[in-house]
Amino acid sequence: MGKVGKIARRTFLFGAVAVAGGVAFGVYKVRTPYENPLKDGLADGASTFNPWVVIDGEKITLITPHGDKGQGVAHAQAALIAEELDVEFGQFEIDFGKPDKAYWNRALAGDGAPFMATDESFTAEATRSFMGGMIKLLGMQITGGSTAMPDSYDKLREAGAVARETLKLAASNVSGVPVAQLKTANGAVQLPDGSELAYTALAGAAAKVEPVTEITLRKPSEWRLIGKPMQRLDMVAKSTGTLNYGIDVDIDGMVHAAVMCNPRQGGKLEGYDASTAESMRGVQKVVEVSGGVAVVADNTWRAIQAVQAIDFDWGAAPYPAEQDGHWAAIEASFTEEQLDKEWRNEGDVTAAMSGGKAVEAAYRVPYVAHAPLEPLNATVLVEDDKVTVWTGHQIPRMLQDQVAKVTGHKSEQIELVNHFMGGSFGHRLEFKHVELAAEIANQMRGTPVKLTYSREEDFAHDFPRHIGMARGSGAVQDGKVTAMDLQVAMPSVVVSQMGRAGLNVPGPDMQIAAGAWNNPYGLENFRMRAYRVPELAPVSSWRSVGASAGGFFFDSLLDELIHEAGADPLQERIRLMQHDVSRKVLEAVGEMSNWGSSLGPNKGRGVAFVESFGVPTAEVIEVTNTEDGITIDKVWVAADVGTVIDPVNFENLVQGGVIFALGHAMNSEITYSDGMAEQANYWDAEGMRLKQCPEIMVRGLENGDKVRGIGEPPVPPAAPALANAIFAATGQRIRELPLYHHIDFA
Amino acid sequence: MQLIVDGKSHEVDVEEDMPLLWVLRDELGIKGVKYGCGVAACGACTVHIDGVAVRSCQTPVADVDGPVTTIEGLGQPEAMHAVQEAWVEHQVAQCGYCQSGQIMQAASLLSEIKMPSDAEIDEAMSGNLCRCGTYPRIRAAVKTAAAKMQEA
Repeated sequence: MGKVGKIARRTFLFGAVAVAGGVAFGVYKVRTPYENPLKDGLADGASTFNPWVVIDGEKITLITPHGDKGQGVAHAQAALIAEELDVEFGQFEIDFGKPDKAYWNRALAGDGAPFMATDESFTAEATRSFMGGMIKLLGMQITGGSTAMPDSYDKLREAGAVARETLKLAASNVSGVPVAQLKTANGAVQLPDGSELAYTALAGAAAKVEPVTEITLRKPSEWRLIGKPMQRLDMVAKSTGTLNYGIDVDIDGMVHAAVMCNPRQGGKLEGYDASTAESMRGVQKVVEVSGGVAVVADNTWRAIQAVQAIDFDWGAAPYPAEQDGHWAAIEASFTEEQLDKEWRNEGDVTAAMSGGKAVEAAYRVPYVAHAPLEPLNATVLVEDDKVTVWTGHQIPRMLQDQVAKVTGHKSEQIELVNHFMGGSFGHRLEFKHVELAAEIANQMRGTPVKLTYSREEDFAHDFPRHIGMARGSGAVQDGKVTAMDLQVAMPSVVVSQMGRAGLNVPGPDMQIAAGAWNNPYGLENFRMRAYRVPELAPVSSWRSVGASAGGFFFDSLLDELIHEAGADPLQERIRLMQHDVSRKVLEAVGEMSNWGSSLGPNKGRGVAFVESFGVPTAEVIEVTNTEDGITIDKVWVAADVGTVIDPVNFENLVQGGVIFALGHAMNSEITYSDGMAEQANYWDAEGMRLKQCPEIMVRGLENGDKVRGIGEPPVPPAAPALANAIFAATGQRIRELPLYHHIDFA
Repeated sequence: MQLIVDGKSHEVDVEEDMPLLWVLRDELGIKGVKYGCGVAACGACTVHIDGVAVRSCQTPVADVDGPVTTIEGLGQPEAMHAVQEAWVEHQVAQCGYCQSGQIMQAASLLSEIKMPSDAEIDEAMSGNLCRCGTYPRIRAAVKTAAAKMQEA
């Protein structure tokens, strides 16, 4: 291996964020906190205690910098602060805040370091700490990888406690009563005589004292919010149509734009004829953008109609035009040259299989679109000294950089007004739609431009989940699984995604192996090798990223081997499990589902276990093989997140993750023909409909010692559990997603 | 042409084939009605015409032959409709983007069938896509709303 290769192997590559070598820093710099961005432009008489709390004479505002795409983190972040600050919902406003380094994500390193989540060795922890330092220096503000709660859990409670103690000190200064005799509740400091000083009334006094940093966080037994069912703060607005999403932004003088870019993604715009479009009602302007053309009109529909009336001459795709070519590239990548990393090699798989392989099989997962229901959109106003962007986005500071590259401004001149998002599933980690809006607005300086993707444009430019393939084999003996050898080949989602942001990412990509290498089983003989497929169609992080594929590969192979061994699918997984917290998850799902009880005719039960984002998750699925096809009847889920912040939201997110995963496992994929996605709207990639929805029983376990997020972990086990259940019900083993190529669903 | 939306009369000067959805959103500024697919595949744009659920993205404005009710006219945060109350009580929403349409569909169902069976709920609500997967809560909320409306 050459020098470059060695350096590459020593750098880290993780999640959606990559850091190559060259960042030098000392302990001092890492320990130095960032300035509080709320001090900038703070009104007279207002007080800010840290980057998350600001109080003035009128109101209390809590900054919730993690983006809310439906997972409820606006509420959860506010609840963590409110728990210690002693304010109730209804007594404060929330704000997503401005992009700032102070909001760097402390939890990214946790899952980004190339160690199993169950590895708490000195090396693993030291590496996480080192990476945390780099992430801080880079000021990486990102919502993703189920990190919002791990990132926020301590720091937002501390932020609330600092504000509370500072307000008490201010109250003491005002009243002359010693701090020790003061209490807080309901947004006020309570004096011994029963009178109260509202936080808002103390804002001015608090501004004159240094924030109190000696604080003690409350014990869980003292919590009034965390761990209890809460009423999410966005429920009324979301039930009355009064919540403003990015697509609802309405700025004075705003014009509406629609765009069509080469559906052969990354291909050139060779030519176009917009004469019809230009003459259509309401059309104000036709402008060229990178790889396509936009129409600006006085109404979204008119803009979409007009852009669809343009005659385009599109160039070729920079990837295989036909789907078969994509699969062939993957097939050809199981080679020594393409080996990205051997992630596990325990025992001797070759020797263990010398007596014969019990299973030898290949598995496939397709490209899949994110397709959140709110189509991509962004509103941009470009002025000479400033750019304003209204949209919902998961990486605010990188968005500033990307927009700045388009308009020629400095990053700090880009103001982002972040919005609640109508879903994402990873879609709103991308920048292209915002860059296009900026390109249009830059050609119309002074006029706010709202770009709305048609659903068809959204599907055509989705940057889907990566395609992948696995080859697996294994051995069994005396009713036990004794060996597993798994090879996974995929293009690197991290290279593709970060490449679009201009970042070059060296090193092995853990997402190729995720869900397949990091299982905490203690197989006697286990090897897991990841192969890097050269870039194909552009791909992006899709809810649970690599584990959505790797979990299907690993658990499907394990299930096949268990059946070959003649063992019980749940009991053999429990026997193999080496990690206590994970074993309890398997035991819980067995108990919940009454595993082992007899089922009626044509029914089958499947189990799967995948650890992703530090959350061991087990699912049992029951299906019936009916005359109309497979029905999914019941699902049981047990997952361990250390601490469940809100049991209601937890249940909703787990159920939603299962439904999302099952819908895609059943019927959704993106395939390419003539270089273009063949799926253009929800008819072609439908997901699950309400009448197909099973009953889903959820249990959150709290045996793990770290707080974890639950947005992604319910996704990976669902597809293999479903395929395993279908096998149990029908005897048909399906090794490819989506399953509907091989079996009907009712 | 004239439209009655949420009890107010509006005069709009638009193409006859402009979908009602875009007249509501971009001409009248009623943003509670959502654009999801444009082809009646997702139901996010569902409104009532004469109390019956329709997909406004596939309803040319010239075909609107009765008063239109949107999510904003069904009820407001201070005075919610029974279906909206049930949605809040069950905390149905995740991203919430589909929920305007889900609620309008459910309200239409309940005005037609007072106490729908599970199968009737499944049938009526299956044209409304929820990408976040809130279906278990939608089912529960429809039942709660039905019971509430019976009491009223």
